[in-house]
Amino acid sequence: MSEKIEFSLKVNGTDFSIACPPRKTLADALREDCRLTGTHVGCEHGVCGACTVVVDGRAVRACLMFAVQAQGSEVRTVEGLAQNDVLSPLQQAFIDNHALQCGFCTPGFLMLINGAFERDPDICEDELTELLSSNLCRCTGYRNIARAVLQVADKLKARSELAVGKPS
Amino acid sequence: MKAAPFDYFRPASLQEAAERLSVNSDDGAMILAGGQSLVPMMALRVAYASELIDLNAIKGIDTVSRSERGIAIPPLVRHADFHSSDVAPGPLGHVLATVSRHIAHYPIRQRGTFCGSLAHADPSSEWCLIAAALDAEIELLSVSGRRRIKAKDWWAGVMETVREPEEIIVAVHLPLLPDDIQWGFYEFNRRAGDFALGMAFCCYRLTEGLITKPHVALGGIEEYPRRIPEAEAVLEGATPSAEVFGEAARTASKAVNPLEDPATPAAYRRDLSATVVRRALTSATQTKSSPALSA
Repeated sequence: MSEKIEFSLKVNGTDFSIACPPRKTLADALREDCRLTGTHVGCEHGVCGACTVVVDGRAVRACLMFAVQAQGSEVRTVEGLAQNDVLSPLQQAFIDNHALQCGFCTPGFLMLINGAFERDPDICEDELTELLSSNLCRCTGYRNIARAVLQVADKLKARSELAVGKPS
Repeated sequence: MKAAPFDYFRPASLQEAAERLSVNSDDGAMILAGGQSLVPMMALRVAYASELIDLNAIKGIDTVSRSERGIAIPPLVRHADFHSSDVAPGPLGHVLATVSRHIAHYPIRQRGTFCGSLAHADPSSEWCLIAAALDAEIELLSVSGRRRIKAKDWWAGVMETVREPEEIIVAVHLPLLPDDIQWGFYEFNRRAGDFALGMAFCCYRLTEGLITKPHVALGGIEEYPRRIPEAEAVLEGATPSAEVFGEAARTASKAVNPLEDPATPAAYRRDLSATVVRRALTSATQTKSSPALSA
């Protein structure tokens, strides 16, 4: 029953060969088998959101998926955000707005917000507030995370309006 | 905590899943769709599966299909797929979009499924309430064939249904709603995203100013959601008003047999049932999804 299954996991564009029992969660496989420890594990039952990653364009809890379920999918983690040592706009906005203190929840928040912007670029402020309630942060009181998100949302909106030739 | 060990099977079709389930369900094999309730229950060791039969690799079961009379929701349609009201025609699309945003939190909605909610049968499930309120039909598949169950006959208790262990929910069928329907949904919980302590869905049509064919359904109050015929009888043929809605709400609260938990006595839920019915009915008078009003 606990026999290992061999499969391949595609994370941030890189293929990893995995051999693990079916019960291993995607969160644990990312940390232990792919050695990508940016994805944090908190509650292990879907409540805290520290393990949030993007699977096939959707922000999901990596503790509520078994690793074997992610074979054939594109997984993105916090390690995939910065390009050539340049932080993504959202990561930079987190720093600029002091949106983290201890940082344990930060990778989960970054992937949650990235996933939501990707699926729904026109997401409104009320929906963003509801979105942020998905994950737990015990340091910031959320206010600064919301500021960082709104800053990036405004930039995204300006860019998409420029792209279709509307005045920004 | 981590889930106890289990075997994993990934069928390529619903038929293959049904065949596997018919062989292994006696030993404790279970269907895995979204897994947003089953997986945490396995992690907390309140659920055990000898084998998980994972539907996620099956092609062609992730899109809502439409007919003249209604929609069919197959097993891999996620809660978040209803965020856009275009997924179903007319007012039904607006109802599903509104209600979907009350389900858990955003990342859970990206993965959890409509059919899975009906299988799990939590008393606080929003989709279970909608299935009861709109007289859904649940379509089951096993090696012995298919059968359809009406929503009113679906539940057997808290998290219990009439589904046999070797049966898979392959679709939930919902009827379309007429363009002139007035509808309202109200859910109460202590924090956004928590399980509902009580919620109501109400809808009706107006014929010459009088309420016709009212539906009043409550969820999170009793062992499973259901329509409350006593409250519907109060509304039938009446003119919408705060007094009539108040009487329907009080009637509903007298008709229910509320659940109790350490933080929530039955009397509290009984009181809450009146509040949520009254607020859902009040919200129904402001229905915006009907073309006549939104034009």
